[in-house]
Amino acid sequence: MIRALALALALLPLPAGAESIVAGLSQSSVSITADYAGSEILIYGAVKREAPIAPGRSLRVVITVEGPDLPVVVRRKDRIGPIWANTDRLRPGPVPSFYAVASSAPLDEALTPEEDLRHGVTLARVLRSEEPTSQPFMDAILRIGTAEGRYFTQENSIALTEETLFRTDVALPAALTEGNYTVRLFLTREGEVLDTVKRTIWVRKAGLERFIYENAHQQPLLYGLASLLIAGFAGWAASALFQRMRW
Amino acid sequence: MQLYLPIAEVAVNAYALVGIGGLVGFLSGLFGVGGGFLITPLLIFIGVPPGVAVATGSNQVVASSISGVLAQFKRKAVDIRMGVVLLCGGLIGSGIGIWVFARLTAIGQVDLFVSLAYVVFLGIVGAMMMQESLRALWRARQAGGVVVRRAHVHTWAHGMPFKVKFRTSGLYISVLPPLMIGAFVGFLSAVMGVGGGFIMVPAMIYLLGMPTKVVIGTSLFQIIFTTAFTTVAHAVTSQSVDILLAVLLILGGVIGAQFGARFGVRLKAEQLRILLAGLVLLVCFKVGLDLVLTPSELYSVTLAGRLP
Repeated sequence: MIRALALALALLPLPAGAESIVAGLSQSSVSITADYAGSEILIYGAVKREAPIAPGRSLRVVITVEGPDLPVVVRRKDRIGPIWANTDRLRPGPVPSFYAVASSAPLDEALTPEEDLRHGVTLARVLRSEEPTSQPFMDAILRIGTAEGRYFTQENSIALTEETLFRTDVALPAALTEGNYTVRLFLTREGEVLDTVKRTIWVRKAGLERFIYENAHQQPLLYGLASLLIAGFAGWAASALFQRMRW
Repeated sequence: MQLYLPIAEVAVNAYALVGIGGLVGFLSGLFGVGGGFLITPLLIFIGVPPGVAVATGSNQVVASSISGVLAQFKRKAVDIRMGVVLLCGGLIGSGIGIWVFARLTAIGQVDLFVSLAYVVFLGIVGAMMMQESLRALWRARQAGGVVVRRAHVHTWAHGMPFKVKFRTSGLYISVLPPLMIGAFVGFLSAVMGVGGGFIMVPAMIYLLGMPTKVVIGTSLFQIIFTTAFTTVAHAVTSQSVDILLAVLLILGGVIGAQFGARFGVRLKAEQLRILLAGLVLLVCFKVGLDLVLTPSELYSVTLAGRLP
């Protein structure tokens, strides 16, 4: 019955003008200042079409936000005698420091496995290894990243109105890595991707944070000596202050 | 108040940091230990990456040690000559230690080695100190509160050449034992990422026979230079010193060290040693337990290219 329906739907002529996606972000840059404690990005947009909405066929929106890729080492502990020690390790190459997936419906409904493979949308797909022996290590990256709040999937979190307007909020955590965050938006029907759009959020340290970070990397020796000077002065000042208070 | 740290790249509670600094500073002033063996696990616990925790912790130890040593100078409880001899040995030892550390990092076993070193050395030192000071306290009680003390005990340190007078400590011994102790502690501190006060203090008391009062100031004096060297080395090689984190820890630390030094005056030497021994044994037990217990997560993910 379902198969027959799907066949019938597939035979229907497609609308003359295909549907495409228009998107915007509430902010295209995030400044990390000293009081930065996470921020929320509003991602919104609309479906642009020439023809009337095709009836009965489910329109879905899937959004991913991906942080800069960083090289990692994954180690596994094993029991050697009475103690636990690192025995195996894997260097899987760069993996995303942050990855969020939001969708307007359950993901398996919004996206076919083939389309997931083609575009690399879900976390399980992004962290998939070719070799079966390294898959447990990739699973560990996913598990630990999820526990730390750097990876998450929010199904049904996109509000889609009249198959045309959509919006969602994605929370960026307080422990944020500097770099370019890529936002990808997918418009799907029956799990097939109709259109995709890419946007970028620039995450940069600002103010004091920028100043300290740059000096630490460009003048490491001076930076080290400066931190010693601060330590020395603070130590002396506390001693002098307490001396004056006489106790 | 949440604060974003520029090098650690995490947001943490500023008051918690001042509190940790204060606690470690207090112990530093009280016992003459740098507190590196406490501050690193505490920082990792609140979410600071281990590499940043080790490097920034050593910077904090510099500040609290200076604050503490100035308080000890006022009491004329610093044997500078002894401190310099220990430091010379320490620099040789840490040079060897840095090389061993690099070799261990290359074969991926540095974490295990550090944990084992913690358990073995904290365990031995803690148990020895606890046993000795409990016995001393018990003997004092037996004698009705009157402690019978010999002027000094003649140990193997008295039979060696190159004898030097250490006036503040009231010792006339060879420079070789302090040099060797300094080198050994320097080696351990480079490998374990600590100042080494918890080994230096008992070594000075039991191996060199220095009076407890002088030991604390002299240990702090030596730790200032060891940790200053470590801080600059980390800043240059891995850019892992977080000044903002350090400032908050230091703020708590220097004040804590002053309280610690003054509180220490009111305690008996034996009581002080029992407390330090208890603390050392506690950390030893915790590290040992983590080695033996089945971890809840067998895998660990670290950024490649950063310190382990």
